[in-house]
Amino acid sequence: MSDSRAVLEAPDIHRALTRIAHEILERTKGAGDVVLLGIPTRGATLARRLGDRIERFEGVKAPVGSIDITMYRDDLRRGPARPLGRTELPPDGIDGRVVVLVDDVLYSGRTVRAALDALNDLGRPAAVQLATLVDRGHRELPIRADYVGKNLPTAKSEKVKVYLEETDGRDAVLLMKEGAR
Amino acid sequence: MNRHLISAGDLAKDDALLILDTAEELARVSERSIKKLPTLRGRTVVNLFFEDSTRTRISFEAAAKRLSADVINFSAKGSSVSKGESLKDTALTLEAMGADAVVIRHSASGAPYRLATWVHGSVVNAGDGTHEHPTQALLDAFSMRRRLGGLEGRKVTIVGDVLHSRVARSNVLLLHTLGAEVTLVAPPTLLPVSVGSWPCEVSYDLDAVLPKSDVVMMLRVQKERMNAAYFPSEREYSRRYGLDRDRFAKMPDDAIVMHPGPMNRGMEIAAEVADSARSTIVEQVANGVTIRMAVLYLLLGGEIA
Repeated sequence: MSDSRAVLEAPDIHRALTRIAHEILERTKGAGDVVLLGIPTRGATLARRLGDRIERFEGVKAPVGSIDITMYRDDLRRGPARPLGRTELPPDGIDGRVVVLVDDVLYSGRTVRAALDALNDLGRPAAVQLATLVDRGHRELPIRADYVGKNLPTAKSEKVKVYLEETDGRDAVLLMKEGAR
Repeated sequence: MNRHLISAGDLAKDDALLILDTAEELARVSERSIKKLPTLRGRTVVNLFFEDSTRTRISFEAAAKRLSADVINFSAKGSSVSKGESLKDTALTLEAMGADAVVIRHSASGAPYRLATWVHGSVVNAGDGTHEHPTQALLDAFSMRRRLGGLEGRKVTIVGDVLHSRVARSNVLLLHTLGAEVTLVAPPTLLPVSVGSWPCEVSYDLDAVLPKSDVVMMLRVQKERMNAAYFPSEREYSRRYGLDRDRFAKMPDDAIVMHPGPMNRGMEIAAEVADSARSTIVEQVANGVTIRMAVLYLLLGGEIA
């Protein structure tokens, strides 16, 4: 653990999510049409937290779901077949809604590309936006986030690990040097 | 997972659970308006059917197409096989066409094992003689798990022509792996000699077993394989081993009835039992496509060694 350091602690994550929730409300003028879709596993958790905050702040219930992108990945053939995550759409679907994709870390942009493809098979949203807890740079595709918790300059050799209470027992974002685990 | 799926006995518990969990997620695809995933784009799946089987072939075909694989159907009738081509030459032809997976149905037990030594792609056993039919066992386990919640410690009774049934053997092996307790019920003439070495119980008295069963799976009486007098008459078989209304009433209230199909209504199963709300016969067909998608994805979705 010596060459990993926490770049965000629990209070920082809470503040970042609170700000993103306010930004979503502001940009979508009250989040009336918003559907939050998290990319499993941690993106789905973050989407639920954002949904809770939006409801707390303005009493608007933004439907929350998850969208698994495994079957749409461009690197599936580079390893054994991966277990699937859950795709769960809100009952009213996503047609004509503003979908906010939620992920924990934005890096190459390939995950988001896959999510856009997956979305295409699920319906036709009015608009798609992207929220991420950490943007660590090094994009390989023309993709950017609309809501960012923290911009984190990193080297490609470093790793960013997000821990969340629901899945990992604590809230933290760690930056690890090469070779650290 | 292994590269091939030939016997349900080759599946470790983790493999079997991975297939069932994958199918659980894929089941949602069948509920959406676009029932297609791009995952196996550019992969070729050959359905090599030496025996008639409409439902299994269609099920594999639908599964492969929902994953965007290219499907080639090869049936023995009207093909080079009827002109005398050997299994090996057929296999080499498919190999030359670049098949990534071969789904084989053959009347000879063990044919998929031979095939696997000749082709580079994955071999999926879709039923070989009286030996095995692993995807049927997987879809049965999947159907049971969806209805009952879990399989650990569940009591499954399989009734009927076990001797000629590849479904029974695959189910016994897989259900044992998944922690269920299987009892086979059949006339002594319709049980294989080796049944003593199978991981299950054997009974000749259906009425005694029914009240303790969570699942009752009826097997088809395979008239086309009945080349000897295995029982005195169809009527007597039906009376002793058929699931009629009175026997159905002896089952626990939440127990389910299964049948791999095609069924002989009035023979091994009464029509009103087959059509009851506790029968999974129709959902078994839908689950068949889902489970075959899961198998094809896990065999072909990743890197092919």
